[in-house]
Amino acid sequence: MPETKAKDVLIDPIFRNNPIALQVLGICSALAVTTKVETSVAMALSVIFVLGCSNAAVSLIRNFIPTNIRIIVQMTIIASLVIVVDQMLQAFAFDASKQMSVFVGLIITNCIVMGRAEAFAMKNPPLISALDGIGNAIGYSVILLVVGFVRELFGSGAIWGYQVFPLSTEGGWYVANGLLLLPPSAFFIIGLFIWVLRTFKPEQVEQEG
Amino acid sequence: MKRDSTAQTLLVATLLCVVCSVIVASAAVGLRHFQLENKQLDQKKNVLIAAGLIEEGVAVSQQEIDRLFSEKIHRVLINLKTGKVVDSSVVDVENYDQREAASDPARSQSIEPVADLARIKRREKYAFVYEVVGAGGSVDQLVLPIYGKGLWSTLYGFLALASDGNTVRGITFYEHGETAGLGAEVENPKWRAIWPGKQVFDESGDIRLEVLKGHVPPTSPDVKYKVDGISGATITSKGVSQLIRYWLGPDAFGPFLEQFHQQGQGTDA
Repeated sequence: MPETKAKDVLIDPIFRNNPIALQVLGICSALAVTTKVETSVAMALSVIFVLGCSNAAVSLIRNFIPTNIRIIVQMTIIASLVIVVDQMLQAFAFDASKQMSVFVGLIITNCIVMGRAEAFAMKNPPLISALDGIGNAIGYSVILLVVGFVRELFGSGAIWGYQVFPLSTEGGWYVANGLLLLPPSAFFIIGLFIWVLRTFKPEQVEQEG
Repeated sequence: MKRDSTAQTLLVATLLCVVCSVIVASAAVGLRHFQLENKQLDQKKNVLIAAGLIEEGVAVSQQEIDRLFSEKIHRVLINLKTGKVVDSSVVDVENYDQREAASDPARSQSIEPVADLARIKRREKYAFVYEVVGAGGSVDQLVLPIYGKGLWSTLYGFLALASDGNTVRGITFYEHGETAGLGAEVENPKWRAIWPGKQVFDESGDIRLEVLKGHVPPTSPDVKYKVDGISGATITSKGVSQLIRYWLGPDAFGPFLEQFHQQGQGTDA
């Protein structure tokens, strides 16, 4: 692998090589927790923490991990970190942790986390791996926040719980779009996001045939 | 030692497990105190939400919850069998942990399989009742802790009854492990908004309140006893019906409710 620069591994995954928009990984959690900005932020911070730490930890012991059990070693590290995050959320952000319920635990199965451990951390030194993890998690977070913002604004007329558009059910003028509160709506928003991204960066468009 | 040798594999696996378990265990132990505090606060909040004293989804500070709780709520411990209030000469009321008591053989009793509608197998001997004090010091509402099995998990919640001991004022569920989006909709404020005004008992004293499968036709004569089921969560809905039937029935809060009614503490007396 050629010399990797710290800035590149941190910035690249945000738009140029976004894990959701380009690699289409980690979609499931992007659908589940994005009905509100608040839960999106909590999820984004959790994933940044887990991915940064797991990449650093995997990279730190990469030369000792026997090839046969490398996947299970990565999973053990990731799962432990996720449990720690879950415990911290329960202690310091109880409401957010209640709303995210099972989805915190499901960070373990987020393909981005395993993907980065296997593809990057196993081959690179700890510091650059941690940056790669954080960069990818930020790329994931950008999508989560955009989707969360659109869904909360148009689905419940609010941002971060504060009513922006007065709802028609409460005497206002805005008829909330109930579809946006359902998971499939995130597909539309992610799809639109990918469309916009590829209009500005045509090199991301896959070749046909 | 070679990297892929059996010895190295076992060594790495063992070391990793030890390190990870130490990290996980210390996080769990170190943070327990904060988590417990959050849980207790959440329970108080749910009592207040069930009683309609605070609104769902509105941010309320911890001080506000504590203030409302100490001002409006009078917590009494009830001996479920006799329906009488228990004082601190029998049990340490202040530190009584109802959840813990429910699984402690000395402080709980097993439930006959036929009577075990809530499918909880054992129940505690003493349970808290949260009396909501209205204007003039009379009891305005009763908030009762209720729990029972849904599909995957035990649902824990509160049911608020008006001072007639019959009209539902509100219901909340604060802890469960039901499927998100299906059974977990028991938390949905829109569904819970159907409950206030429903009647528990009919004229002959039988428990009629239940969650139906599907929609309750508004013309049905029993509409005051029926609540719409949650679509996609038939078993959870049924669990809710059953746990209410159990906890308001003769085996649980029945004796207490009967005495409450006879004493005419209610404003309708």
